Amino acid sequence: MTTYAHPEVLVTTSWVAEHLRDPKLRLVEVDVDTSAYSQGHIPGAIAWAWTTQLADQVRRDILSQAEFENLLASSGISNDTTVILYGDNNNWFAAWAFWQAKIYGHRDVRILDGGRKKWIAEGRDVATDVPTYPRASYKALAADLSIRAYLPQVQEQSRNRQPLVDVRSPQEFTGEILAPPGLPETAQRGGHIPHARNIPWGKAANDDGTFKSYDELKALYGGEGIDGTRPIIAYCRIGERSSHTWFVLKYLLGFQNVTNYDGSWTEWGNLVGAPVEKGTASASARAA
Amino acid sequence: MKPESYEEKRLEVEGWPVRLTSYKLGDVFHCQADNVSPGATLVRETGATRDEAERKALEVARRRLSRTRRHSA
Repeated sequence: MTTYAHPEVLVTTSWVAEHLRDPKLRLVEVDVDTSAYSQGHIPGAIAWAWTTQLADQVRRDILSQAEFENLLASSGISNDTTVILYGDNNNWFAAWAFWQAKIYGHRDVRILDGGRKKWIAEGRDVATDVPTYPRASYKALAADLSIRAYLPQVQEQSRNRQPLVDVRSPQEFTGEILAPPGLPETAQRGGHIPHARNIPWGKAANDDGTFKSYDELKALYGGEGIDGTRPIIAYCRIGERSSHTWFVLKYLLGFQNVTNYDGSWTEWGNLVGAPVEKGTASASARAA
Repeated sequence: MKPESYEEKRLEVEGWPVRLTSYKLGDVFHCQADNVSPGATLVRETGATRDEAERKALEVARRRLSRTRRHSA
């Protein structure tokens, strides 16, 4: 079996259990909110809430460089800290935090394979106390936007029929629903960006929440023409599920040019005059 | 403390697949409902028994899922 292109960015539950007291390591649980964390978390872990701590609170955007620096410093994370991210929803928001950490150049950031789900399922120790760590000094690099796609790039990618990976569910892709069942609709229109391929994020994960093997992932994406020979843009509804796929494509498969379109369907599906394709992927998209 | 009695079950609620994940932490049962595909958490509830935690989670999940509109694709 082939190993991942960058196996160093993943850690196992066993590895974390053995390193809980490592002072150079900071565990961070990343969820939509911190309610799951409050119920019980990996001992020593702190929590980041995606809604309030990993997004600008005024405009729709990621954190600024200064905000990111403050978040990490206040979490007791310095530039040489090994940051281990994990969370619920199969690490969606952990992947979002990973993507943002890479935008701001954090060197050693890793994801707990299987996330919160696997830790709990294995019956490993959890704590409810909230640890505090002394404020650290943190200096982020200028944002590396080569891993972030903005609307003009996505429009060009679609026009040129270059790989666009829509990682939402098939019903969201076809336009049958505008948001995941039970969640608020955030777009005026349903469907997908023309010429996108639908490869739901969950196909990259095993039932226990871990990532599928390199060979399985290569076959999954390769079967849809996503082989790393051309620039790839991943998107979903708000950019968190596509962070998961971005992580898979860039770090597990090792594709060089992969970007996450965090504007995602919430941006595209609200644009006046934007082309929208409904139903299953077009024949042209499949052939491209 | 350690989570005990971890269980997952799948069922259909308001026409949508739902996964209930439950476990016991200390004296409390925790139950989370998610929408399978895509897998987003719908609700987390607790109860003195697994049945109570699941029932509370299902009530909220049913209410939220009932608001999901299907459009012509």
